[in-house]
Amino acid sequence: MFKKILIANRGEIACRVMKTAKAMGIKTVAVYSDADEDALHVEMADEAVHIGPAAAAESYLIADKILQAAKDTGAEAIHPGYGFLSERASFVEAVQAAGLTFIGPDPKAIEAMGDKITSKKLAAEAGVSTVPGHMGIIADADEAVKISAEIGYPVMLKASAGGGGKGMRIAWNDEEAREGYISAQNEARTSFADDRVFIEKFVEEPRHIEIQVLGDKHGNVIYLGERECSIQRRHQKVIEEAPSPFLDEATRKAMGEESVALAKAVDYHSAGTVEFIVDKNKNFYFLEMNTRLQVEHPVTEHITGVDLVEQMLRVANGEKLSMTQDDVKLKGWSMETRVYAEDPFRGFLPSIGRLTRYLPPEASDTVRVDTGVYEGAEISMFYDPMIAKLITTGETREEAIAAQRTALDEYYIRGIAHNIPFLSALMAHPKFQAGDMTTNFIAEEYPDGFEGGALAPEVREAMIVAATFINAVERSRASQIEGQIAEPRSPQEKAWIVSIEGEDVQTTIIPIEDHAEVGIGTKRIAITSNWVPGQPVFHAKIGDREFAMEIDREPLGWTLTCDGVAENIRVQTERAAALHALMPEKVAPDTSKFLLCPMPGLIVSVSAQEGDEVKAGQALAVVEAMKMENILRAEKDATVKSVKAKAGDSLAVDEVIIEFE
Amino acid sequence: MRRPKSGAKGEGTKYKMKEILERLEEKRNQARLGGGQKRIDAQHGRGKLTARERIDLLLDEDSFEEYDMFVEHRCADFGMEDTKFAGDGVVTGSGTINGRLVYVYSQDFTVFGGSLSETHAQKIIKVMDMAMKVGAPVIGLNDSGGARIQEGVAALGGYADVFQKNILASGVVPQISMIMGPCAGGAVYSPAMTDFIFMVEDTSYMFVTGPDVVKTVTNEVVTQEELGGASTHTTKSGVADKAFSNDVEALAQLRRFMDFLPLNNREPAPVRPTFDKPDRIEDSLDSVIPSNPNKPYDMHEVITKMVDEGDFFEIQPNHAGNIIVGMARMDGQTVGIVANQPMVLAGCLDIDSSKKAARFVRFCDCFNIPIVTLVDVPGFLPGTAQEYGGIIKHGAKLLFAYGEATVPKITIITRKAYGGAYDVMASKHLRGDLNYAWPKAEIAVMGAKGAVEILYRKEKDEPEKIAERTKEYEDLFANPFVAAQRGFIDEVIMPHSTRKRVITGLRKLANKHLENPWKKHDNIPL
Repeated sequence: MFKKILIANRGEIACRVMKTAKAMGIKTVAVYSDADEDALHVEMADEAVHIGPAAAAESYLIADKILQAAKDTGAEAIHPGYGFLSERASFVEAVQAAGLTFIGPDPKAIEAMGDKITSKKLAAEAGVSTVPGHMGIIADADEAVKISAEIGYPVMLKASAGGGGKGMRIAWNDEEAREGYISAQNEARTSFADDRVFIEKFVEEPRHIEIQVLGDKHGNVIYLGERECSIQRRHQKVIEEAPSPFLDEATRKAMGEESVALAKAVDYHSAGTVEFIVDKNKNFYFLEMNTRLQVEHPVTEHITGVDLVEQMLRVANGEKLSMTQDDVKLKGWSMETRVYAEDPFRGFLPSIGRLTRYLPPEASDTVRVDTGVYEGAEISMFYDPMIAKLITTGETREEAIAAQRTALDEYYIRGIAHNIPFLSALMAHPKFQAGDMTTNFIAEEYPDGFEGGALAPEVREAMIVAATFINAVERSRASQIEGQIAEPRSPQEKAWIVSIEGEDVQTTIIPIEDHAEVGIGTKRIAITSNWVPGQPVFHAKIGDREFAMEIDREPLGWTLTCDGVAENIRVQTERAAALHALMPEKVAPDTSKFLLCPMPGLIVSVSAQEGDEVKAGQALAVVEAMKMENILRAEKDATVKSVKAKAGDSLAVDEVIIEFE
Repeated sequence: MRRPKSGAKGEGTKYKMKEILERLEEKRNQARLGGGQKRIDAQHGRGKLTARERIDLLLDEDSFEEYDMFVEHRCADFGMEDTKFAGDGVVTGSGTINGRLVYVYSQDFTVFGGSLSETHAQKIIKVMDMAMKVGAPVIGLNDSGGARIQEGVAALGGYADVFQKNILASGVVPQISMIMGPCAGGAVYSPAMTDFIFMVEDTSYMFVTGPDVVKTVTNEVVTQEELGGASTHTTKSGVADKAFSNDVEALAQLRRFMDFLPLNNREPAPVRPTFDKPDRIEDSLDSVIPSNPNKPYDMHEVITKMVDEGDFFEIQPNHAGNIIVGMARMDGQTVGIVANQPMVLAGCLDIDSSKKAARFVRFCDCFNIPIVTLVDVPGFLPGTAQEYGGIIKHGAKLLFAYGEATVPKITIITRKAYGGAYDVMASKHLRGDLNYAWPKAEIAVMGAKGAVEILYRKEKDEPEKIAERTKEYEDLFANPFVAAQRGFIDEVIMPHSTRKRVITGLRKLANKHLENPWKKHDNIPL
């Protein structure tokens, strides 16, 4: 086995690879850019080599710097992680030319699978079902229209060299096919310097299901079941799980065997993923093959018991696979959510900055957190804003989902906006729980964006109980201040009014030995908790269910966050609640009359002046945040009443730039 | 009527007492109604609570003992002799907040618009005298239309009597004002002399002269809210220390605030049990200082991670944001926090921030509250606006306040401590008890670039040489070592252990005894 390997990556995946390497007694070398000087992967590694400025194009994407680092440290092999150089055949060739081992497939396989047109041809030849479409080069827009009509609408036009959602268009008729072709081609040219476009049938009610394959250098290839990644937002995966709730044994076997055939056709070794699109009748079509470790590989590890990184290392070292297809048994259910630094309430705008508070759920047999950050770390603008992957495993899908919900509730992140409320809402969604999903799930269920999850009745009740309990603990403590002339009444001597969602609920609380009983109407609910003031997450057994809620102080109570729903809850005496009812409702200022600064930043320019009539969509100001210029546009036609900010001003979030009439 | 037999005399007394009690109850009920149900409804209609409702929320349940409930005014002019209300527009008395004694007066807007008469003033003075005698804070809930015009000079005299009492009580017991309605003209000067002024948004305002007079005299057109509303005084003028969104919230937060304060100038800062470990380590503080020395960071993070349970009651959060002041607890005991804020004006000292911090430091010193200072200050703000505004004297206030303070003083230099501002910020030279520095601290006369430009003026056209000189200067001064060599820094500490070090320090300083030379009083540059 290798004595030392270099990981040509950063963030959670670099840490993930190091974890297995360490367990196998292999020394690790990290590489890092200026922005990652204090990153977790640097700290974890036995050695770390600085490879340049923050921008990936000047550091993590420069093969020479990485090879030099490997040479300088004496690393024998390089693990590429995912992204960056992981699927660049030229890099693999350079690694091999330098006499080092690449922990991944051969360049030929990468090259063959890296091009959408070539890979589809190869797949078809290997007997893998592909989406009906046109593989050849398309001369012009007229031909694109002709081909589209032949395949039958709807069709999808896609950049050959593209990935993710870039350079992709859907057309429902000739006109759209023409437009789609031209724009896909333009985008392909600018994004990938390769303007080839291909057209294929657009699959309705599609589900994204992929097969994990694993091959060695001796011609053995097996498949390790599937993963379903249908929950995507703009073609970026949000939730992944294994197995898929949709597949039956026969389909799984068919997909697995076709995947193995494809891998064998390109002499594939190491870990790889064959992605399929599956329609509502369980017809599956080959999409593409990813010749690397996938972000979502952990869910496969948990249901197969196979450490994929270990297998990659062993295969790269020339070992034969120690298992056959018959040895692969799927057990239990595993689910992964991607915790991102993006604000679901603001159109998933990336949020960058310092993680002032970062308390991940505790790792256990059921909970795994793969991350590259820690409290105080910086989420930088230079890289993918993923904070962590949260993986939960259970006997059943229900158990895996339940574990996700608790773990998401416990996940305490402050300093930047994050998508946990959105992930919690997805986990609580009945259709998702029923396994009823397509790749359009998010677009269909949240057509106007995300505005927060719904508060389930049992969570609402738990919040009322929790708030009553927290109030009692806080008030008892407050009454222990020194210098008293009278003992204040204890919280259990009276009734409390808990105000939640605009409704007042009367509660009482009685301590009983090791727990307390909270009364709501005629109901008595037991609560057991070791919580003390100051702890940011409230853990309690309420009734017979375990709850975790995040606590943030408010003037008259607390904001409790559970199930992705944040509720500002007041707890007052009856007298105070009655008087509070006399207080006028404060009307939130009408923000539609303002152009607000969407993020903390510097005003570069304001192009509107007092009295200007502006049209919807017109650029009004440019805000620079972390070196990125953001153009702010008018949401509707309006007249400028006054301009409140000027170039050079530093604004906080929601500060007014322009006021309209 | 049957004559009572001997020994049964009590019966007659009993009967009489019952009658008295009935009358008393009737009078009380009437007094409790203040200006009557109609005016109470009007008060509620304005989004305000009545004087007694406010006291109910401020004090522990059933703890309020009212004094002078039946006091009436003695004015006989303008038909006033026919309109009398028990209590005369102010409810006074004592009670407890979490079991601790406080004295309260709460002006009743439903009675003569809460206007101040001679007797109204006497009631206030009575509770203030009591409070000073026993050593308990005085809380004023202000909601008054001003002097009772019908009484003329008698009302004015009443104001002055209250002012005089405020002055004598200052530094003896904490005095807190909560402005919950109008407070105009002479009325503003009583709150102005108390230790803290809080306001309620939208329903309270304070000004010396109202919009009408302003219009007549200066032709300025301004609304009440713009002239003296809560947002004006908590952001622009700095007159008010904090604003709350309504009466209920204001009083709940006032209870929270009172828990931080000692009862008088002879008692130590109060201790309340905490669940936060004194030796809690905060690893993330090691990365709070950005590697680029010109990049700001939020000092609030350092404060909330250092103090008990992250609980920080900030004073004047929206005024002079370049300095942060407020109350917190460490190891359960109240401390005053003063900290430069690099996020605002790079944390420099200017007129507003010097005044804000100086007053806070003096409050802490009055009432035995230890002061923890976090320093990251690049110097004083330059410019004509500052010089013309008298930064020399205003900056001196903070210097003076720190220098005269005899309470325990612990200072942590987190990053920059440049120039005169270094001296000002509770430096060793101003009798700082424990002065710590984080490893990236720089204690210098000025930043390296500025220093080199002055020291090597002749080489200013040779960028290479300048760069070399700059590095030389940085190597020498851009670290805590030179200051440590001279003993200006007691110890260089790791950011993650700040809480532990400060608490250990406070425990050691618990019995600190330091007295200033005898004087009638000092002459701080006001």
